Amino acid sequence: MNTTLSWMKAYVPDLDVTAQEFTDAMTLSGTKVEGYLAADRDLDNIVIGQIDQIEQHPDADKLIVCQVNIGNGKSVQIVTGAPNVKVGDKIPVVLDGGKVAGHHDGKMIEGGIVIKKGKLRGIESNGMMCSIEELGSSRDMYPEAPEYGIYIFPEDAEVGADAVAALGLNDVTFEFEVTSNRVDCFSVIGIAREAAATFHKEFHPPVVTKTGNDEDAHDYVKVTVKDPDLCPRYCARIVKNIKIAPSPKWMQRRLAAAGIRPINNIVDITNYIMEEYGQPMHAYDYDTIAGHEIIVRRAADGEKFTTLDGQERTMDKDVVMICDGEKSVGIGGIMGGENSMITDDVHTMLFEAACFDGTNIRLSAKRIGLRTEASAKFEKGLDPNNAQEAIDRACQLVEELGAGEVVGGMVDVYTKKKEPVRIPFEPEKINALLGTDISEEDMISYFRSVDLIYDEEAREVIAPTFRQDLFRTADLAEEVARFYGYDNIPTTLPSGEATAGKLPFEMRVRETAEDIAEYCGFSQGMMYSFESPKVFDKLLIPEDSPLRRTVQISNPLGEDFSIMRTTSMNGMLSSLAFNYNHRNKNVRLYELGNIYLPKALPLTELPEERMQFTLGMYGEGDFFTMKGVVEEFLDKLGITGRKTYDPADKKPWLHPGRQADILYGSEKLGYLGEVHPLVADTYGIGEKAYVAVLDMPQVTKLASFDRKYAGIARYPAVTRDISMVVPREILAGQIEAMILQRGGKILEECRLFDLYEGSQIKEGFKSVAYSIVFRAKDRTLEESDITAAMKKIWNGLKSLGIEIRS
Amino acid sequence: MKQKLQAIREEALSQIQDAGMLDRLNEVRVSFLGKKGKLTALLKSMKEIAPEDRPAFGQLVNEARAQIEEAIEDTKKKLEKQALELQLKTEVIDVTLPARKNHVGHRHPNTIAREEVERIFIGMGYEVVEGPEVEYDLYNFEKLNIPANHPAKDEQDTFYINKEIVLRTQTSPVQARIMEKGKLPIRVIAPGRVFRSDEVDATHSPSFHQIEGLVVDKNITFADLKGTLEVFAKELFGENTKTKFRPHHFPFTEPSAEMDVSCFKCGGKGCRFCKGEGWIEILGCGMVHPHVFEMCGIDPEKYTGFAFGVGLERIALLKYEIDDMRLLYENDARFLKQF
Repeated sequence: MNTTLSWMKAYVPDLDVTAQEFTDAMTLSGTKVEGYLAADRDLDNIVIGQIDQIEQHPDADKLIVCQVNIGNGKSVQIVTGAPNVKVGDKIPVVLDGGKVAGHHDGKMIEGGIVIKKGKLRGIESNGMMCSIEELGSSRDMYPEAPEYGIYIFPEDAEVGADAVAALGLNDVTFEFEVTSNRVDCFSVIGIAREAAATFHKEFHPPVVTKTGNDEDAHDYVKVTVKDPDLCPRYCARIVKNIKIAPSPKWMQRRLAAAGIRPINNIVDITNYIMEEYGQPMHAYDYDTIAGHEIIVRRAADGEKFTTLDGQERTMDKDVVMICDGEKSVGIGGIMGGENSMITDDVHTMLFEAACFDGTNIRLSAKRIGLRTEASAKFEKGLDPNNAQEAIDRACQLVEELGAGEVVGGMVDVYTKKKEPVRIPFEPEKINALLGTDISEEDMISYFRSVDLIYDEEAREVIAPTFRQDLFRTADLAEEVARFYGYDNIPTTLPSGEATAGKLPFEMRVRETAEDIAEYCGFSQGMMYSFESPKVFDKLLIPEDSPLRRTVQISNPLGEDFSIMRTTSMNGMLSSLAFNYNHRNKNVRLYELGNIYLPKALPLTELPEERMQFTLGMYGEGDFFTMKGVVEEFLDKLGITGRKTYDPADKKPWLHPGRQADILYGSEKLGYLGEVHPLVADTYGIGEKAYVAVLDMPQVTKLASFDRKYAGIARYPAVTRDISMVVPREILAGQIEAMILQRGGKILEECRLFDLYEGSQIKEGFKSVAYSIVFRAKDRTLEESDITAAMKKIWNGLKSLGIEIRS
Repeated sequence: MKQKLQAIREEALSQIQDAGMLDRLNEVRVSFLGKKGKLTALLKSMKEIAPEDRPAFGQLVNEARAQIEEAIEDTKKKLEKQALELQLKTEVIDVTLPARKNHVGHRHPNTIAREEVERIFIGMGYEVVEGPEVEYDLYNFEKLNIPANHPAKDEQDTFYINKEIVLRTQTSPVQARIMEKGKLPIRVIAPGRVFRSDEVDATHSPSFHQIEGLVVDKNITFADLKGTLEVFAKELFGENTKTKFRPHHFPFTEPSAEMDVSCFKCGGKGCRFCKGEGWIEILGCGMVHPHVFEMCGIDPEKYTGFAFGVGLERIALLKYEIDDMRLLYENDARFLKQF
């Protein structure tokens, strides 16, 4: 919503503030000013001059030398190339040292252009005559300005006076951010009311007087509304003997400042009312209305209709149409029809001020792809009681401007009158909610300042229908708060029962993941939750994989963001690839983010969101580096027992021989592996890359921060090394499992210390050596204990086909 | 014999004095006091002395032994000290040579900002809670006083899964979920990811993060809201930070406000950072709307409360002067290592 200071001053005459003061105070009272722009910010020292004499420039065919009277008996000589001036013309003159806003071709220069006296082809020139463009505006806003040349003032302009003021350019346009609950503030009157209350000034809205001749509009037109739900009110008035002409300058200036191009008196009046009252209006050529009747009904499905912009559009049954006895003449609340629009030849017109259901207008405009100034207003849900005042005001302007003869009376179809809301006045509750001690009188004065009525007898506040945001005490509290001043409300801290601050367990586990990852050199990345369905192909995931069963966004930003991810792999690989492309070396990243697994498709309940701890790296380090990070993490969470690694489940995006599921007992915690060379290639990662994914809900289930001191061993340990020749397919994990199983209670740990495969070992075998440590808690071990345990281990290993060497 | 003893003693003392090195000193010790040492040999030759003289001679030998041992000990200490001094001298290093770092990783700036906000509120007795990112329309809109066809549902440009399920556009649905549980009083913050249908550019992202705050108890006031958020702003942006509350509109709070903080770069004088305004808009807040209470099963006649929502990216971008939101999702190591 844009409005000028001068227009607001028309209703708040005592408003005497700078633009900045206005901005600050209005923002604090709830009408946020986004910014303001002074039309004359780049104009300086420009007066109205009158050309006394014109001579041809002696050395230039296209230049003339003018003697210009600038008032107070002063005259200046100005050389110009403008073709349109003659002796006696009153023109804007920027004097030596003054500023204009741009060039005559309409190009604006930020900060303006300083005009200095100088010589043009040897002849002195002491200023410049200005075109409307040089003054920072355009012919759109000042239609009387010539197409090319100097702006000429009317004859009654005062020589020597400020030209900027005479053009109405000494004004400031404010841009307001009006919140959706304050429909009334999408109008100059609404904003002016707020301004008056904010600055404690008198508010003088337009006084609408009775208009019209002694005829009756009912004799001219009959109105039927078929769907009162979609059109709660329809007001129609008639104007005859229309004289189309330009509207007066004051009206043109106000519209121009609001960014609306003046056209003619009738169009300008409807636009003016839309700004002033926030009520869109429409004017139909009465003589095109068949049967002189208006029927408001739903469109037929597929109905074609040509709007006044000449476009044919297709309607559906939820669009409201304004029809006459035979045909549609307008789309209700959106745009009138070409067949009924007023032209310069119009003789009689039908003025419409209606009220439409906001939601239906919003949805209709969207469906037919036509959002207009009018629909933008209607979709907010206008006050039907505003329509009558607006149409009467329009007719008043028609009379004032001499634009036509207004027919008396108004045809009004208004089935369910909207009544003001009465709210109990409970000052103690308001103070209790705000934490203030504001007196009843002050509260009532705040209400009155914005035209809320206080019914003393009933102790109720009556909210007029233009205030569609007031229903209960909390709403009144806001009215009180904003005029008392949010700044004046004290600052306290909540009293009452103390509560314990708490980070939930799963978030502590997540913090541990972050800490460990970072200690291990991984930096945290952030990945999108949605991605392209193409990622499954990139990851070589087969067609029938459950990972392809995804939650799909019905209105995505594009295919690339259309499904909720079921694996965190694509995000990680894309980020590694980004780094690889940017030649970053030794990159280690981790992410904590959800995957989204639908329970059933199509989705009937919320999908399962599982937090994944994903690690990825390339450069230094290998599979076992990654495995180390995984174990550091699990150990830190108290998951200190033996983790096992199962290479059986072949994930297609990983190297088939370099991947494993991470198991703890029978619980699957996640997986790790080397990225499949084909996948790495697809993503553009030119090095071996490793990833690990831990399923956080599973990890969290097993995690614990409880610790118990186990004592430090008091009896000596005995170490035995065992060296063996092992069939190649037997995994270290199997050997360890056997040692652990057979070693008994006294086995403390076993540690691989040598692994060799090569020429000195027979084909199909490898040489493996373990250090086995025994210790008892309560005594020094005897040789016989060790021998017995070692024998069991040996036998166990032999049963796996392992040959013991020593 | 006595002369012999005297000679050994003198020889020993002289050799001790000349030893110069610890190894040599040890040799000296062995050659005099060892099993085959000269003094030990002398003691062994005691049988050549008349038995009645033996005790006196023995004492003499012991005295000599003690004297030699003491001399050895003194010299040893001296030599050890010299050796240590020499060692320390030769072990001097160039401490300005480069450090060997462990190359620890870095937290994402967003996480740093989130954890900082969490710390502040945990300190004030708030519990951190979470809610689903894929959410029912019921919680994301309806229970927050945003009924079907409310323009806010358009304005927020929601990603829909179907008519009932959306990607949450705000963390506010967590409010409704917590209130519905009915455990009072409530003091929670709810950080999390939210989604809006904005194309990716320097200032927009279709997914970003918010932290929601909710307090519900008897006698909670707007003044409490102001006080709480003032503490928060000072903790987050520095002790000298000022706050400004402006009236605003949110469907689920009444009265509602937006909070600005004085620009922490220029202190409020106006700079490029705050676009010359001296203030930076930081969050939206308000008193929980009585209708929201009703829909969540809390009696608005008995309880009041306040809620607020902070954009995490906004804080991260402001605090760390990050000028392009896309950096947050690119995960460039050169970006991440700066935090």
